Amino acid sequence: MPPPRLAITGARKQFPGVLALDGVSLALAPGEVLAVVGENGAGKSTLMKIVAGVYTPDAGEVLLNGLPIRFPGPAEAIAAGVTLIHQELNLAENLTVTDNLFLGREVTLGGALRVLNHRTMSGHAAALLARVGLPEDRANVRVESLPPGEKQLVEIARALGTDVRVLIMDEPTSSLTQKETEQLYLVIDALKADGVSVLYISHRLAEVKRVADRVTVLRDGKNAGELAKAEITHDNMVRLMVGRDLKQFYPKVHRTGTGGAAVLSVRDVRYRNGPATPTSFDVRAGEILGMAGLVGAGRTELSEAVFGVRSLVAGELLLDNKPLRIRSPRDAIAAGILLVPEDRRLHGLILPESVGFNLSLPNLDRLTSLFGVKKRAEAELHRTWIDRLRVKTPSAAQPVGLLSGGNQQKVVYGKWLARGPKVLILDEPTRGVDVGAKAEIYALVDELAGQGVAVWMITSDMEELLGMSDRVVVMHEGKVAGELTGTKLTEEAVMRLATGATPSSSAAPHTQGVALG
Amino acid sequence: MTRILGVLGLVLVLYGALFASHDKAGEVGNLIDVANYQGQYGIITLGAALIIITGGIDLSIGSVVACGAVLFGVLMNRGVHPYLAVPIVVLFGAGIGLVNGLLITRLRLQPFLVTLCGMFIFRGVARLLGDTVSMSRVAQAHPEFDGALRNLRYLLVGKAPADGELLFPAQFVLLVLLAAVVGFFLHRTAYGRYWYAIGHSELAAKYAGVNVDRHRLVVYVACSSLAALAGVLLFLNSPSVQSDNAGLGWELYAILGAVLGGCSLRGGEGMAVGMVLGAMVLPIIESIVNFRGDKSDVIPAVVGVTLLVGTVVDELIRRRSRVHR
Repeated sequence: MPPPRLAITGARKQFPGVLALDGVSLALAPGEVLAVVGENGAGKSTLMKIVAGVYTPDAGEVLLNGLPIRFPGPAEAIAAGVTLIHQELNLAENLTVTDNLFLGREVTLGGALRVLNHRTMSGHAAALLARVGLPEDRANVRVESLPPGEKQLVEIARALGTDVRVLIMDEPTSSLTQKETEQLYLVIDALKADGVSVLYISHRLAEVKRVADRVTVLRDGKNAGELAKAEITHDNMVRLMVGRDLKQFYPKVHRTGTGGAAVLSVRDVRYRNGPATPTSFDVRAGEILGMAGLVGAGRTELSEAVFGVRSLVAGELLLDNKPLRIRSPRDAIAAGILLVPEDRRLHGLILPESVGFNLSLPNLDRLTSLFGVKKRAEAELHRTWIDRLRVKTPSAAQPVGLLSGGNQQKVVYGKWLARGPKVLILDEPTRGVDVGAKAEIYALVDELAGQGVAVWMITSDMEELLGMSDRVVVMHEGKVAGELTGTKLTEEAVMRLATGATPSSSAAPHTQGVALG
Repeated sequence: MTRILGVLGLVLVLYGALFASHDKAGEVGNLIDVANYQGQYGIITLGAALIIITGGIDLSIGSVVACGAVLFGVLMNRGVHPYLAVPIVVLFGAGIGLVNGLLITRLRLQPFLVTLCGMFIFRGVARLLGDTVSMSRVAQAHPEFDGALRNLRYLLVGKAPADGELLFPAQFVLLVLLAAVVGFFLHRTAYGRYWYAIGHSELAAKYAGVNVDRHRLVVYVACSSLAALAGVLLFLNSPSVQSDNAGLGWELYAILGAVLGGCSLRGGEGMAVGMVLGAMVLPIIESIVNFRGDKSDVIPAVVGVTLLVGTVVDELIRRRSRVHR
């Protein structure tokens, strides 16, 4: 039996604070499509980047046709026939399709001037475009004017031009329409017929079922299992993707239940550049509403729309059952709707400025008199929140960018808590936060909910979701896929809804969001 | 703070060089003269610095100075009383700032481009308004304004009402007063916090509820108003003002003063004290060059070298700081 086209054995990769891969192995035969699935953060993308030479593994081997390889960089990987097509496409948008197809390996007439041989290139380009099913007239179109699906196909055509043997596709359909996805399937089938091996990463399980010959499941950076063609079912994949014990880490001390009145009601909301389906749900006083979904399900965008960063095009927001107009974060903050953003370094903090500056920034309206900012009141506010949140900082004058992730996050909480939130939106509340600070943040959020704050927590961390939420709304591709509470709130149920499974008998009842869609 | 000490050291060294350059350079008369120029450049430096702190730039300052000076003369030629003409000119400047600011915030155009166009457009406007204006012409046309004009000149420039001799550096006094106002807003009020926040990270400021567009607009209005005021001062300080070269290149002097004074072109940094100190540099260099008997042609080169050295030092300080965005 010939060696597999590609084999990975015991791949291990450590990032600061995270063990992304912990001994993963897989094998890929010529002309085979292997799907790699797993939850957010299971290590899929890291694995692919190791294969493509973007990362070097700390341990383990990558074998190409039975020979160990270690690519110093993506260029060497491409030369060896291994090409990665990124989630975010890497095309030069301002150049034409043909220019992109030959970028970095232009055909020239020879000589030091490197004069381009347009005739040869357009001939090759036409052939490559034909292989991915793109019309020939696309060759001289600038890439920026193509729809996302065609850009994806151009990427594939470019890979074909390099005589690719192993094609790695990372979430290739995340920005494609249904029709474009169908076209992509046809191209993949053609590639298989040509003997190209495809590593296909996706968390859309329906898609995996359609294209994959075999499935490898990753969980927490390890192999969780493998499924042959006949075994590829939604339930089998989900079962392998989940299955962990929850640590007793999540306090439910201050909350009394979920019986509170709706504080924030999102009614048939659509926002600019968002999904066509309207979204509806409530956040109630004194509860933590968890919002689950895979990356790209539209959760962050929805929170930004409620917070006034994205403008609404339809629907309405109710605060305490009264209609509320929010045109900017200012309006949201004035109404008591406060957002702890997903990317605190970009949206949450002014990094070069001090801890105190950041704590004061949204509260200056309350700290100002005719003679400017009241220094004493401001110092008092700094002391209060640094102490209460136990922010580890030498002083309020320390630049916030020099603190650890957990302490930075506490400053983001502090600047809002000083205002007294009505609705607190937490987007990935503990991302990049160490375990100790995590526990403190959980205790804090529990306490806030206990005081009657309506907490809307968006998280991709399954343990956090199940551990902290009183109720969970699951999003799938911009739509509310369902709501889960009590005994129905299980990891399997969340994954099933998040991956877009058709509701089986065991699935939770759907909310009005789906009915409207 | 190290920046302020740095530019303070530079100013002291330059004064030392000035005293050493010629026996007469250290005389009170010359120092007053230098101080008056420092005030003149300082006032536009304040405006440029505010914009730079919010992460923007204004290249139209020099042309707005010309507009202000010419408009001031033309208004008085047409019979507007000098005391009324001053606020009209400043309001005109505010209007220009509003146009720049709206183009930048509403249409999301790049400040560099908008104000580069402004530089050409407002120079043209100045030339359309008039060719040459001067105090003597105004006095010819309206002898009744002569007294008021001489008073204004005494008050704002420090030249004696009778013979026009420079008595005290009134422009520097004005600069200190305006810098105190700017310093109050910058260091004591919420506005200043917002300007710094916007300069460092417009997004984070927006997420903290800052009305980013409005605050960016405000600094453009302030800058152009100050530039128009500088035009009034230029008119009062000069025997005559030509619309084609009045204030030519002053936007660069203003930016130079702001950067020397510790404002980073990346935004988010700068103090009022630094702006005053930064604006003091150029007139001292000019005076040194004059007293050494060097051709005045070398001034641009000296200025350029000074700014380059300042920028290199600034970059080296930055690299040592550990906070990266």
